[in-house]
Amino acid sequence: MAIEVVKPGLATSVQDAGRPGYYNIGIPLSGALDQYAFRAANLLVGNEEGAAALEATLLGPELVFRAAAIVAVTGAEAMPKLNGEERPRNESFAVRIGDRLSFDFMKVGARIYIAVAGGIDVPLVLGSRSTYALGALGGFAGRKLAAGDVLPVGRPRPGARAGRKLAADLVPTYPKSLELRVLPGLYFHRLTDESAQSFFADTWAVAPEADRIGYRYRKGRPLTFRARKQPFGAGSDPSNIVDAGYPYGSIQVPGGLEPIILHRDAVSGGGYAMIGTVISADMDRIAQMQPNNLARFVEVDMEAALKARAEYKSRTARLIASLQ
Amino acid sequence: MTAIRYSFGGDEHVFAEIDEEMSLEAFFKGMAICTELQKRRIPGVSEICPSNASYLVRFDPDVIHPDKMLSTLKEIEAELGSADLELPTRIIEIPVFYNDPWTHETLMRFRERHQDTNSTDIEYGARINGYKSVDEFIAAHSGAPWFVSMVGFVAGLPFLFQMVERDKQIEVPKYLRPRTDTPKLTVGHGGCFTAIYSVRGAGGYQLFGITPAPIYDPAQKLPYLRDFMAFFRPGDIVKWKPISREEYDRDIEAVEAGTFDLIIRPVNFSLKSFLADPGGYSRHLVEVLYGH
Repeated sequence: MAIEVVKPGLATSVQDAGRPGYYNIGIPLSGALDQYAFRAANLLVGNEEGAAALEATLLGPELVFRAAAIVAVTGAEAMPKLNGEERPRNESFAVRIGDRLSFDFMKVGARIYIAVAGGIDVPLVLGSRSTYALGALGGFAGRKLAAGDVLPVGRPRPGARAGRKLAADLVPTYPKSLELRVLPGLYFHRLTDESAQSFFADTWAVAPEADRIGYRYRKGRPLTFRARKQPFGAGSDPSNIVDAGYPYGSIQVPGGLEPIILHRDAVSGGGYAMIGTVISADMDRIAQMQPNNLARFVEVDMEAALKARAEYKSRTARLIASLQ
Repeated sequence: MTAIRYSFGGDEHVFAEIDEEMSLEAFFKGMAICTELQKRRIPGVSEICPSNASYLVRFDPDVIHPDKMLSTLKEIEAELGSADLELPTRIIEIPVFYNDPWTHETLMRFRERHQDTNSTDIEYGARINGYKSVDEFIAAHSGAPWFVSMVGFVAGLPFLFQMVERDKQIEVPKYLRPRTDTPKLTVGHGGCFTAIYSVRGAGGYQLFGITPAPIYDPAQKLPYLRDFMAFFRPGDIVKWKPISREEYDRDIEAVEAGTFDLIIRPVNFSLKSFLADPGGYSRHLVEVLYGH
C-alpha cells in the first residue's frame, strides 16, 4: 500500500508523537505540533494513537491512493475532497484505489492531520518517524513532502472502518483571538518593570515567520531589558545571555522587538534571554494559529499550569476512551 | 561564582543558571550535576542538557512533581559541593582550512551586515584582538585546545571555549544582522565561542574557515559517526589543525570515499590541574593527542 504525493501543499511532513532524548545534542522533540488533533486522527482510523500521520500547514496536499484505505482528517477547518466530492472532517472515510484526496484552504486553524489506517510506514530514526527538516532527519527522506514522493503505508489494525466520528464535545475550536498562559521565569527579571507589564497587557499578532521551529509575534510594544554590565561570554545587546538551553514553549525576544515562542522543532539553545514559558496545555493551541491571529499572554503560576495540564490530559483520556 | 539560580521553564522544565558569565568552572559544575542526574535514572526525566554556564532538564510533572524535581537537583548540587572535578573525556584533532574560498564568498555576500565592510571576518577578528597578522591570529586560534561546552542550537553543533587565561581568549561580536546563509562545516566565532556549523543555514558568527570533517550525518557513513550520527558531546576537547587547500582537497576525497577518519584519544581532564597551569596543562593535552 502506498500514497502518491501529487501536490505537496505548503509544508506537509510525516510526524508522530515525537523523538525525546536527544535535545542535549541539538536534536529536538519534533512530532505533531497539535498532539490532540494528531491523536484524534489516528484513533479515528483505528491506529495506535501515536502512529505516524501527515501534518499539513495552511494549504493541504493533493494525494492519490494506490490502494483502498481508511482515512481521517482532523485539525484546522479545511474541507477534505475525494475526487472533488466533499468528505467530513473528524470522521473516518473509505478511499478506493486511484482516489484523489485534496483540500480547501484552511479557513480556521493552521494545521490539518491526515491519518491513514496502518500509519505512514517510513523507517524509525532514533525511535521516531517524525521529520526534523533542519537536521534532514527522519520522516520521508528527512524533509517536507515534494511532488512525486510515494509514501509507504503500514498494515491497518483490525477494526479500522469508515464512519467513526469524533463526538461533538471532543472537537476542538480554534479561535482567531485567544489567550496563551505563560509561567514567567528564566530571565524574566531582566525586563524593565514597564516591559514586564506591557508584555502581558498588549495584544500580539502572529507574524508571517511562524513555523515548526517557532512562532513569532508582533504589534505589541517593544520590550526593554534592564541595563547591565555585560557578563563575560554574553553578547553585547541587553537581550543577550551566555548561550543556554531553550525550554520548549520558552519565549525569547531578540533585541526586545518580537517575542518568539519555540515549538517542537526548536533550536535547542542560544544567546537570547527567555522571559517565560508557555504552559504545556497551550502548546497545541499555538500550532493552530494562523498569521495575524491574535494572542494575549496571561500570567499563571505553577499550580494553575498543573491544573491546566490535568484538564488537557483528562480531555485526551476521554478522546481515547470514546474511540476505543 | 554565586549560588545556582533555579527557575521553572513552564511545567516541564527546570533551568539552572550556574553563573551569569562563562567560565570553565561554571561549565564543569553544570556538567557534574548533569552526569550525576543521568546516573540516577529518575523516572520522568526525559532530557538532560548541559550548556556553557547553565543546564536544562525536561521532566514529566505527572511522574515527578516540579517541587520534587527541583529539590532533587538542589540535593545533587549540595552533595557534589566543591569536589575535585575530573572528567573522563576525549581529545580530537579537527583540521581547519582557515581563510577558505567558500566562507569568503559567503562573508562577502553578506558584507553590509558586518561591523567592518572593508576587511574580511578573520582580518577583523585578528585586528580587534590585537594580532599583527592573520597568520598570528590563526596560530593563536589553533594553538591551545578548546573545550566543547555545549552541543546544540541545531543537531550536533558544538560550541567551543578556548582553554587559555581569560585575558588571552579570542572575543568577537556577532554580525550586526544575522546572515541567512552559512556553508555547512564553517568554523565561526561569536562572543567567546567558536562553533562548527553542522548544517547549512542562518547564523551570526564571524567566519574564520571550514573543516572537511563531517560532524553530523544521519547516514553515518564515516567510521567515527558509526556509533552515533552526531559526533560531539559536551566535555570533548578539540585541537584545531590548520591545513592547506591541497590537504583540504585530499580530506574531501577521503570523506567521499568513506575512508576519512579523525585522531581521537581518551584523556582524563582535571579542572584543578588546568586552572593551576593553563599553558602547561594544554601542552600536556596536546601531547596526549599526538602520543608523545
